[in-house]
Amino acid sequence: MSYMASDTPNIRVQSEPFDPNREVDELRGNDPTVGAVVTFIGLMRDFNEGVEVQRLFLEHYPGMTEKVLKEIVAEATERWPLRGCRVVHRVGELTPMEPIVLVAVASFHRKEAFRACEFIIDHLKTKAPFWKRESTQNGVRWVDAQGSDDPKEIS
Amino acid sequence: MIQLRLFARFREELGIESEQLDAQGLVCIEDLLRQLRGRGEAWARLLAEDQRVMVAVNQELADRQTLLSEGDEVALFPPVTGG
Repeated sequence: MSYMASDTPNIRVQSEPFDPNREVDELRGNDPTVGAVVTFIGLMRDFNEGVEVQRLFLEHYPGMTEKVLKEIVAEATERWPLRGCRVVHRVGELTPMEPIVLVAVASFHRKEAFRACEFIIDHLKTKAPFWKRESTQNGVRWVDAQGSDDPKEIS
Repeated sequence: MIQLRLFARFREELGIESEQLDAQGLVCIEDLLRQLRGRGEAWARLLAEDQRVMVAVNQELADRQTLLSEGDEVALFPPVTGG
């Protein structure tokens, strides 16, 4: 049996909300060789840099964003023996507590799943073209990249 | 000609989403940045040497030395903040 449990693409950028549990169930499918699934779920917080955040808007670069995500997952799949990966990222308007991103990795054992999951989310955060814009009581502001994420800047 | 695309804060502050521009005399990304800085205060400020700028050429991450070719799609954007 194929480990790809459903016809749902494993890498998706979408404006619709998603259910992380359902995504994980679909990723596991009926594959009895999967011994571990590690997930990272990024959630929208209602507070950032001392200010209450009411809404979040996520912009992306259609075409490039999906391409970068595929490249990151392909690299993880080369590095570790995985049984499947799923990356779902929201764009458009979000409200507090909604999932922004899911990275789910299925493998035989936990170690490769943990490492691949961290690899994918770390690279997504520095390479995948998404930008957050927050709506707060003080107005609208673009979120600044965190220095510790070491973005691949050119100047 | 090359197609210039701007995203997020850059698009908003410069008021341009996309434009065609003459690539003559532009060898690499740094040449393009230098030309764009000459457009005015906002361009010079956002694309200044000490500013954090990311670049993609034909939807691949690039750097200042990346060479330009006729028909390229060049995107400039602030550091990404997804996830």
